[in-house]
Amino acid sequence: MTQDMTKVVQKALKNQNLAGILDRWDYPTARAKAYEGVDFQALRNKIADIKGGAADHLMDLAQTFKKNAEANGVKVFIAKSADEAKQYIANLCKEKSVKKIVKSKSMATEEIHLNHFLEQQGIDSDETDLGEWICQLAHQTPSHMVMPALHLTKEEVSDLFAQEVKRPLDNDIQKLVKVARNEIREKFFAADLGISGANMAIAETGTIVICTNEGNARLVTTLPKVHVALVGLEKLIPNYEDAAPILAALPRSATSQLLTSYTSFISAPTPDENGSIKELHVVLMDNNRTAMAADPKFKEALQCIRCASCLNVCPVYRLVTGHVFGDIYTGGIGTILTAWFNELKSAEDIQALCIGCDKCKDVCPGKIDIPALILELRHRTTQKEGLSFIYKSALQVINNRKVFHSMLRAASFVQKPFVKDGFIRHLPMFLSNLSEYRSLPSIAPVAFRDIFKTIKQPKCSEKAVFFAGCAIDFVYPKTGQAIVTILNKAGIEVVFPQDQSCCGIPHWGSGSFDMAADAAERNIKPLLECNPDYVVVSCASCTTALKKEWAEVLHAEKRDDLINDANKVAEKTYMFTELVSKLIKEKRLTPKQGVQISELTYHDSCHAKRHVGISQEPRDALSAAGYHITEMKECDTCCGMGGSYTVKQPDISMQMLKRKLENIEATGAQFVSAECPGCLIQLGGGLDKAGSKIKAVHPAELMLDKFE
Amino acid sequence: MFENFKQRAELSGNTEVKRFETTPSALQFIEDLLVQEDIKEEAGSYALWAQSPILSSFDADSMASRHPGLYFKVDRELAKNARIGITQLEWGLAETGSMAQDSTNIEQRLASALSWIHVAILPTTKIIADIPALMGKMHPKNNKYITLITGASKTADIERVLAIGVHGPERLIIVCVDDLQS
Repeated sequence: MTQDMTKVVQKALKNQNLAGILDRWDYPTARAKAYEGVDFQALRNKIADIKGGAADHLMDLAQTFKKNAEANGVKVFIAKSADEAKQYIANLCKEKSVKKIVKSKSMATEEIHLNHFLEQQGIDSDETDLGEWICQLAHQTPSHMVMPALHLTKEEVSDLFAQEVKRPLDNDIQKLVKVARNEIREKFFAADLGISGANMAIAETGTIVICTNEGNARLVTTLPKVHVALVGLEKLIPNYEDAAPILAALPRSATSQLLTSYTSFISAPTPDENGSIKELHVVLMDNNRTAMAADPKFKEALQCIRCASCLNVCPVYRLVTGHVFGDIYTGGIGTILTAWFNELKSAEDIQALCIGCDKCKDVCPGKIDIPALILELRHRTTQKEGLSFIYKSALQVINNRKVFHSMLRAASFVQKPFVKDGFIRHLPMFLSNLSEYRSLPSIAPVAFRDIFKTIKQPKCSEKAVFFAGCAIDFVYPKTGQAIVTILNKAGIEVVFPQDQSCCGIPHWGSGSFDMAADAAERNIKPLLECNPDYVVVSCASCTTALKKEWAEVLHAEKRDDLINDANKVAEKTYMFTELVSKLIKEKRLTPKQGVQISELTYHDSCHAKRHVGISQEPRDALSAAGYHITEMKECDTCCGMGGSYTVKQPDISMQMLKRKLENIEATGAQFVSAECPGCLIQLGGGLDKAGSKIKAVHPAELMLDKFE
Repeated sequence: MFENFKQRAELSGNTEVKRFETTPSALQFIEDLLVQEDIKEEAGSYALWAQSPILSSFDADSMASRHPGLYFKVDRELAKNARIGITQLEWGLAETGSMAQDSTNIEQRLASALSWIHVAILPTTKIIADIPALMGKMHPKNNKYITLITGASKTADIERVLAIGVHGPERLIIVCVDDLQS
């Protein structure tokens, strides 16, 4: 991340208006209510099919739309570039002697900076959507795709309006809205031309569909003599009926409504009250959308219906707003669209803001894997420009097991002056901000790999290979010991291949797929060598690597000869609590009777919950082992660790941690647990620094003495 | 169907649903509303009634003479100064409490999009399930400008606080009439 970006982030974090507004809205609850009785998965499958299919034939659909709309009397222009679209509109304005324009909300016009362009031609172009008008008065870009002025308070809006109407106004929102109504009403009547966007363009019928709540698009398309709709090619759908599922999802996901107040289907120019026919122009704009459709990975992003639900659930977006996270298009999907519509360069800093928690992927009605596409952007940037020298060197060191492990061993000596109770609470000089809000764990004096050699293993009929991962191996060896003890109790012998090393998730997350594939390659053989019944992992990130990413990354890097073995590992891999829960059900582990019940709250790591779908198993196992679980608010929201994210984006990471700690404290539990050493480093360090009584403990340690 | 429609419509923001068995009783309700809202021959206080099938069932001229400021013609200047706009809608959708308007005739839009109060007349028999059902009834081939209206004009653009009546009506009164045919 550049120095500039660091400053921009720090500045954004000081203003938490938008976060407060999103909190009061409580989008997740409102959204769930709007979707009551709707099968969301089936609905989004349908939308993905329609939009994905359309993306395969964008130009064909554009031609079909043109033919059918022109048969209705609409003038249709297919613009290859932003410049062509702007020029078409400029020529039309000249031809019609247009001096004043009213606009309803359109991201496509924002994308090509149309207002600025028209201003240069001496034409007044006024936004009529309330949020867009506020942004226009403030000379700011939208901070949110659906609610553009969400970052401004009513006091700020009142000041902007007062400047515009040249009289003092109070801060009452209802009154402010009426001020806007009066001001803009006159503009509708005075305008020579109306510009809108469209939420859909139906090829079969040559129809554009526009959704608004305010009713401004009805006036923009009705009062001026000429109406121009600027529509991105990705808005095309083949048939009239295809609009139904999109209309079922868009308002529910965007504003948690069943339907927007006004949904218009416009298929032809219509007569004025004096009988003269209005003019209707539709500009279908490519601006790199066909190139995107031709890309096997990024084609998926054209399934977006612009509901902005990915913004509403994003823990990073809420902290920094779309002014930092995104450009014209904001948030996760905005990062991707920015890269294509405004070139990859401008997306470079932005893509580093995604922590990869996958929350957006769960709610996307277009079924877009937004984090995976952002990672793909990172991968392509890395291929093109390489990683920074320091970062690349670090990843290379991690990939050299002997060097990396000797460094960790050395560190356990060097850190001694700073360690107390297993924590590093203060670091000197330039490292100090790493320990400002969160104590850091110390490297254990003896690594698990060395301790394991001293634990005698029983001969059993079943064998489990234990993949410890760097954190359990070098920071939390006691967790490893607990895992071995419990597996032994269930009659399972544990094998620890000494050749195992980093799972490659840090490399994968940084977009260095080649180094991630190296990591997979290095580990697969040692893990399969003893022909184990299970491969046990107790780190959510490593689990993701073993269960999912190794096969994928080997495929992406064309090392297909290893994929069979990678799949074999994936099939045998269990997250520790997943296996414990199974062993309890099979009565191979018997919880002790009469143990004192302890109060616990459980944090779902992003990797566990959303990458490998494990959230119930750890709760079942811990409940059986004598823990009463009180769920915290937002139990599956990212803690802000995100591997190296906490080092690259320390300011954002710490704000996320702060919120998580508040939610943990509010439960009044004795323990917080998570089956992810990364999360435990973050949570444990944060609780320690805050002087909390709550302890962050791995499930294995909590269950150590709870079975017969 | 009607009960679902009413429930959903009344949740969609400043919307009231009234039901009448007969056209005369519905007309009486509308006339009472004109009085209540102080409709008069004065900019800002007009009531406009756009072309509607229901007009064939009563003497519009005599109603207009009883209520100065009530017009059975719609143009943009009148619409700009209207307090009430009255239109008849094509279909009601029970799932979302919406109504479908054939907006091809600009009168329909002017009367329903610019006034403070939109009185929407809907034959009760024309309430159907949802958008897919509507798609079998109204098609862009025949209806060049279709609008689905759901509740009053609203925004949450300032601090996510709901405000009603931004550019369109701040009150929607749906008058369902059992014996009305379209």
